[in-house]
Amino acid sequence: MAIAASKFESLELQGVGRSFGGAHALVDLDLTVRAGEFIALLGPSGCGKSTALNCLAGLLPLTHGQILIDGKRVDTVAAENRGFGMVFQNYALFPHLTVEKNIAFGLQMRGVAKADIKRRVAEALALVKLEQHAKKLPGQLSGGQQQRVAIARAVVLEPRLVLMDEPLSNLDAKLRIEMRGEIRRLHQSLGLTTIYVTHDQEEALSMADRLVVLREGRVQQVGTPEELHNNPVNWHVADFMGYRNILDLDVVSVENGTATVTGQGLTLRGTAVEPVAVGEKVRVAIRPEDLVVTSPTVPVRGGNASDATVSVVEYHGREFAVGVLTPGGQSMHVRSDHSPAIGSKVQVTADPSRVLVYKADLIDPSRLSVEERELLEVRT
Amino acid sequence: MSAPAVRRPRAEKSTASRRHRLAERGIDTSLLMLVPALVFAVALFIYPFTYGIGLTFQPSLAMQEQWGAGIWSNYVAFFKDPFIFDSIYLTMRLALPVALFNVLASIPVAFKLRHKFRGKKTLTILLVLPITLGTVLTAQGLLIFAGRQGWLNRFLVQIGLIDQPLTLVNNYWGVVFSLVISGFPFAFLLISSYLSGIDPSIEAAAKTMGAGWFQRFRRIILPLLAPGLATTFILTFVLAFSVFPSARLVGDAMGETRVMALMAYRAFGELNDYPMASTIAIMMGLVELVVIALVLVWRSFMYKGSTGGKG
Repeated sequence: MAIAASKFESLELQGVGRSFGGAHALVDLDLTVRAGEFIALLGPSGCGKSTALNCLAGLLPLTHGQILIDGKRVDTVAAENRGFGMVFQNYALFPHLTVEKNIAFGLQMRGVAKADIKRRVAEALALVKLEQHAKKLPGQLSGGQQQRVAIARAVVLEPRLVLMDEPLSNLDAKLRIEMRGEIRRLHQSLGLTTIYVTHDQEEALSMADRLVVLREGRVQQVGTPEELHNNPVNWHVADFMGYRNILDLDVVSVENGTATVTGQGLTLRGTAVEPVAVGEKVRVAIRPEDLVVTSPTVPVRGGNASDATVSVVEYHGREFAVGVLTPGGQSMHVRSDHSPAIGSKVQVTADPSRVLVYKADLIDPSRLSVEERELLEVRT
Repeated sequence: MSAPAVRRPRAEKSTASRRHRLAERGIDTSLLMLVPALVFAVALFIYPFTYGIGLTFQPSLAMQEQWGAGIWSNYVAFFKDPFIFDSIYLTMRLALPVALFNVLASIPVAFKLRHKFRGKKTLTILLVLPITLGTVLTAQGLLIFAGRQGWLNRFLVQIGLIDQPLTLVNNYWGVVFSLVISGFPFAFLLISSYLSGIDPSIEAAAKTMGAGWFQRFRRIILPLLAPGLATTFILTFVLAFSVFPSARLVGDAMGETRVMALMAYRAFGELNDYPMASTIAIMMGLVELVVIALVLVWRSFMYKGSTGGKG
C-alpha cells in the first residue's frame, strides 16, 4: 500500500482547555498519544469532546495549555499547516466538486505533481472501494458512500493524525457497524494515528485502543476498553459504560473493600470502588448482564440473592431481558435464561465483584482545595 | 378448472371518482386561492403591458412625418435619434458599475458579519437602515451633505485638503452615490443569506486540508456563492437601471445622467407623445432582459445544487 501515515513518536496534550466567554467547555485535558494509537473521546453531548477535537485540528484556538508533537508545539500552528486529516459528522464534502476532485483537493493545495495526484487519488478511491463513483458529485451518493469519500479525502494526505468527529452518527445501524470495521481496517493497514469522537460507548469500546471519558469538559477516566468496561472509576462512567442499574442504597457494613448495601427491599454485597463508610448513601452500579435470575442451571453467586417481581420480559435471542421490581419498588434490568411469567416472584443474583459501589456525589476536582486534591490523588 | 382469473384494473381507466382524479393532477378548490393574484396580474400587468405594446405601433403624426416607416416609426426614432438612443449607454454607464460595486462590496462585509462579534447587531442595522429611506430623502440628504456649500466640502476646504469645493452632486457621481446608498443594503442582505446557506464545516474541511484563506475563497466559497451573486447582481442592476428620481434630483438630468426612465418621462410629460414614451419603456425592458439573460447564461455553467447549510 502506497498510502501510509507520516510518522511521529508522540502527541502530547498538556492542560488543554477552552472557555467560551465564562463557560468552560474543556478543562485541563492531559493526554499522551503514541503513534499508531486509536483513541476514542467518549461522552454525552456537551461534554467537550468535539471542542477537544476542534482544538486539536486548530479550528478553535486554545485558551489554556499546549499541544506538542515530539516536543514541538503545534497549537500555535494554523489549521491549514498542521497536516492533520479531519472527518466531519456531516461529511463536509465540497458539493460542487466530483468525488475525485474532492479527494484531490488537499493534494493540489500542497502542490503535489499532477501525475502523483492522479495515482494517489486512484489509490485512495480503491482503498474505500469507490472507483466506479469517481466522477459523481457528492449529492449523488448515499450517506455511507459520502462518509467513505470524506475518509479517503482525509487519509490521501497521509496525515500525521486523523481526527474523526462522530463520523458514523448520521448512518443507519447496519451501515454503522459495517463502517466501524472499515475504519478499523484502514487504521490498522495504514498505521494511522486516530482520535475518534463519539457518544456511542459500544462504538468506542469496539474500535479504540484507549478511551477517554469526558463529562462537563473534564476527563473522568482514561483507559483501555477492558479497564473502562470492567472497572469504571465513578458512577458516571459506569452509567455511560452500560451499567444500566444505578441504585441509590445505604452502606451497612464495610470490610476489606467489600461493602454490604441495602435499601428498596434489597440487600447486596458489592465491591467498594471508591472509599465508602458505614451509614453513607452510595450509588451501586450493576450491568444487566451481571444481574441474573436464578434457575436450576444458574446458582446463586457469592451469597447475593434478592427477591423481585417480574414486570417486563423481552426476547433477546439467546436470552431474555427482564424488568423486575424489588419489594421496595426499585425497577431493575436483569437477564434470564428462561422466560419467567409476568407478575411471578423470582430470585436475582450477582457476583459481589460485579456489584460496584460508588460515592453518591461525583468528586469534582475543581471544587476541591489543593490539599484535598492531593489527598484524593494519593488515595486513588 | 383453471386457476381463477386475476382481475386487473385496466390501466387507462381509474376506478376513482372524477373529482379524485382531478385532485391528483392538482385541480381542486384550493386553486381558488390563486384568484386574487390572477386578478391583479391581469389588471395591473398583463392588460397595461399589452396595451403599451399596442401603443408603440400607433406613432403620433409628427413621428410618422419625421421618421416615416409607418407603424414602426417609433422604433425607428428610438434607434435613429441619438438624443434618445444614447440614453441606453448613459443608463448602462450608471447601472452596471453600481450593480457590480454593490455586489462586490457586499461580499467582504457579509463575510465579516457571518461571525459573532461585539456590535454586530448595531453594524447590521446601520447597513440595512438606508432601505427605509426613500430615494427623495436620500437625494435631499446628499444635496445638503455633499453639495458645493455642503458640510463635506466646507469641512474639506477648512482643513485645507482642497482649494475649490468638489462637485459631488448634480452630476454622474451624485446618482452613483444615491444608487449605492439605496442598493447596497439589498445586495448585502441577499448575499448574507446566500452565504449563511453554505455549511461552515465545508470551509473548515478545506482548512484542515491545507487551503489558505484565498484558496478557500476561490475554490470553495466562490463557486458555491456564484448563483447567489448572479441573482443579487440582477436585482441590484434592475433597481439601478430603472433609476428616475435621483437621476433628476442629484444628477444632471439633461446631460450625463439622461437615463432612459427620464427620456420616457420627457416623451410623456413634456412632449405629450404617449406612444413614444411606451416605446422607450418597452426598449428599457428589453435591454434589461438582455443583461439578465447574459448573467443567467453565465450562471448556468455554475454548480447550482445544495450547499449543505441551513439554506
